[in-house]
Amino acid sequence: MPEARTPKKPRRARGTKSAVHLLLRVNGEDREVTTAPHRTLLETLREDLGLTGTKHGCELGECGTCTVLVDGQPILSCLALSADYEGREITTVEGMADGAQLHPLQETFADLGAAQCGYCTPGFLLTAKALLEEKPSPSREEIREALAGNLCRCTGYLKIYEAVEQAAARMREEGPRGGR
Amino acid sequence: MKRVRRSQVEIEGKLRERTEVVEEDPSPPWDDRARLRVAGRPHPRLDGRAKASGAAIYTQDVGLPGMLHARILRSPHACARVLSVDASAALALDGVRAVLTQENAAAIPWYGGTTRLLERTVRYAGDEVAVVAAEDEETAEDALHLIRVRYARRRPVLDPGTAPRGGKPSVYTRGNARKAVSGAPVVVAGSYRTPAALHQAFETHGSVARWEGEHLTVWDSTQHIFGVRKELAAALGLPLHRVRVISTFMGGGFGAKNECGKYTVFAALLARRTGRPVRCLLTRAEESLAAGCRHATVQTLRLGARRDGRLLGIEHRSLCDVGAYGTDGPMPVGGPARTLYRCAAVRTEEVPVRTNTGPHTAFRAPGYVEGTFALERAMDRVAEACGLDPLEVRLRNYSPGDPRGFRYTRKGLRECYRIGAARIGWRRRARLGRRGTSLRGLGLASQVWPAGGAPPSHAVVKVNPDATAEVLIGTQDIGTGTRTVLAQIAAEELSLRARDVTVLLGDTGAGPYSLLSAGSLTTASAGPAVRAAARDARQQLEELATGLARGKGGRPGPREVCREIGDAMVIGRGARGPNPEGLKACSFGAHFAEVEVDAETGEVRIVRYVAVHEVGRVVNPLTASSQVEGGVLMGIGFALLERRIEDPATGRGIAVDLLDYKLPTALDLPPIEVLFVPGADPRATTIGAKGLGEPPIIAAPAAIANAVAHAVGADLPELPLTPDRVLEAIARGRRAP
Repeated sequence: MPEARTPKKPRRARGTKSAVHLLLRVNGEDREVTTAPHRTLLETLREDLGLTGTKHGCELGECGTCTVLVDGQPILSCLALSADYEGREITTVEGMADGAQLHPLQETFADLGAAQCGYCTPGFLLTAKALLEEKPSPSREEIREALAGNLCRCTGYLKIYEAVEQAAARMREEGPRGGR
Repeated sequence: MKRVRRSQVEIEGKLRERTEVVEEDPSPPWDDRARLRVAGRPHPRLDGRAKASGAAIYTQDVGLPGMLHARILRSPHACARVLSVDASAALALDGVRAVLTQENAAAIPWYGGTTRLLERTVRYAGDEVAVVAAEDEETAEDALHLIRVRYARRRPVLDPGTAPRGGKPSVYTRGNARKAVSGAPVVVAGSYRTPAALHQAFETHGSVARWEGEHLTVWDSTQHIFGVRKELAAALGLPLHRVRVISTFMGGGFGAKNECGKYTVFAALLARRTGRPVRCLLTRAEESLAAGCRHATVQTLRLGARRDGRLLGIEHRSLCDVGAYGTDGPMPVGGPARTLYRCAAVRTEEVPVRTNTGPHTAFRAPGYVEGTFALERAMDRVAEACGLDPLEVRLRNYSPGDPRGFRYTRKGLRECYRIGAARIGWRRRARLGRRGTSLRGLGLASQVWPAGGAPPSHAVVKVNPDATAEVLIGTQDIGTGTRTVLAQIAAEELSLRARDVTVLLGDTGAGPYSLLSAGSLTTASAGPAVRAAARDARQQLEELATGLARGKGGRPGPREVCREIGDAMVIGRGARGPNPEGLKACSFGAHFAEVEVDAETGEVRIVRYVAVHEVGRVVNPLTASSQVEGGVLMGIGFALLERRIEDPATGRGIAVDLLDYKLPTALDLPPIEVLFVPGADPRATTIGAKGLGEPPIIAAPAAIANAVAHAVGADLPELPLTPDRVLEAIARGRRAP
């Protein structure tokens, strides 16, 4: 939190003066962005690209709410600099569905009550997606372990585990579909 | 027909006499014989897909053309006089559009008139000093560092034990408690402390404000759109019809978002000043410092009992650290002592004390979580002193009615005990003990919470030509599932499926007034209003069917009526009826915890947990079980992990992020069994349901503390039960005879 003490030497505005041009690949699309060089991936996704499905939680990498996938691996977008992610495959919650067809995880989260206020849901979905791609039949313990970095203040996590388990079962039955 | 009456209403555990305008609701209550198809059955959230696809727009996601971003400068000092604020360097920064300080902001009264929006005296580390609006967040943040503030520091008051009174104590008496306790053959006395705790909703507090000429629209993460409208209009001197408050989706509140925040007024003022929409969102650190807390308590408790365990007297006094500005007085910490057990002589006193810390607010069952911990801890000690089983002591003091002299609409606590004791295997309790370094314990705790809802709440139901329906109501869905539950209720009355009903809520410009979503009020208040409106629509359809039948021969069904009348749609209207006179509607519960304590590390592991509740009809068992699981986990957090910490010398917040403020994670979740006592409570509400928002958290810390105390053989006077405190209790337990 900024505190008002002896002011330092006036700094130049960061947001308005310098800019970088980035070519990001987000949800299978190439997106050109002109943004501040220090912008986090979270801010670029939300403020520059309008992808507000990825949420702000703590800005410090503690809650997992801002989780997105980079080349299939979950990262905390609030700790990532956008400029470092050119040429990587970035997936946000908006990229999980295949057109109108939701990803099985999105369906089970909605149907089994895993999304309560829903604010932490996108982060959980992407973490779970990465887990299921690596381990199609995870045990409850493996799910707990994988999701332990994502915090939820409403649900008590149980319905989230159940949703991941049911999605895994559905994906094993139906084979891979949806999502990227 | 509306009429005026005097009535007692109990909201957030506080009993108040008030004049209320009520409208009779002729709907015959849905009792146990009612054959319901939709209400009472599990139904997935109707907005689940919007949330799981990322399409749901929260206040934090609202972006408007030309929108500016506001950031707040906060005092680093817990107590100081602001001598001067120089914002010239900040204003000169490229991209900064406006700065609000005490020099140029309107002197709007705040915190019940005890201070102003931006004041010359700051009273906690985090108090607002200035606000910047800039083209982006980063520029606004940079500008904060350029504001030159001169403070004259004063010594802050931080210890609630020595802090000055912060208002009138709240005293309740029946009988002569002091005499009853002092003369009792068994006396248990103790001091119990609970910490300040933070709500930590994942969506921080925040607002987006936009002016269209004279009209102000505000998107706000709030539990009370109409309350924010009223407070905001008063702050800005606007008539109500020119202020619209919208909260379509919100990321959790837990009581911290019951009121209008300064950030909302800042956004509106800056938007007016700049002619641009303005967004003002709190950071996580600000959320931890300035967005409210469960107030800390220091409770002293004396119970007097006969040798057979029957209570003769209860004396309960709590010092409540309401912080620098708490305006709502102390929370009802004595509520459980007043109402949980049959006892003729009771005195409770809640004393507010003022420290230079962040202001307190309601937090899920305010007062009751803390008071239940102390009372239920002491009840276990009464059991021990009398050589009785803890459950038996509770049954011997069971009060079928509200011991303050009211009857209950229904009280299912005895069934909660019975069901829970059977599920956890309570009889094993005496056999649990030590195995190596592992200490096992079983504990239980009881819960009461006023949860019958109240008027006023109004609803409108529009029936479309294709026989689908829309419910308009000025309530909000704070994540609990209100949209879904209200759709189920309307669908039931209209013989539709829940997904044929859309509930439009969270917009003062669309739906009529409904109460705040707090205090377990929503389902029991908005639910009957929606039912009444849907019933009105159904009756209109039936009357039209009679009229249409004359011309045609056969009497058309509702679907045909809708088609026939087309755009001359039926619009139903309904209001929440009055509460029954002389009756109290409360939700009850009993929680059972089995714990394992590591005697070497002091670590507590919850092995098994059973939560049983009586809330009348459960309208949606799926959302209800989520509510209980989440409430129990939040209670586990309060029992074992969570506390707001200030530096004892300066009063500055220390645990202001989610690394230092410990929230329960997926790894902290024990196996939780959630059970409900079957049956409706048709005397409480026309839908037979009572509230469930607060009940799941109330008994959890007490049940866990009782289990740990059983395991270690010593009292646990302070939450959270951190390893150091548990080890200390183990040492005391060893020394005990």
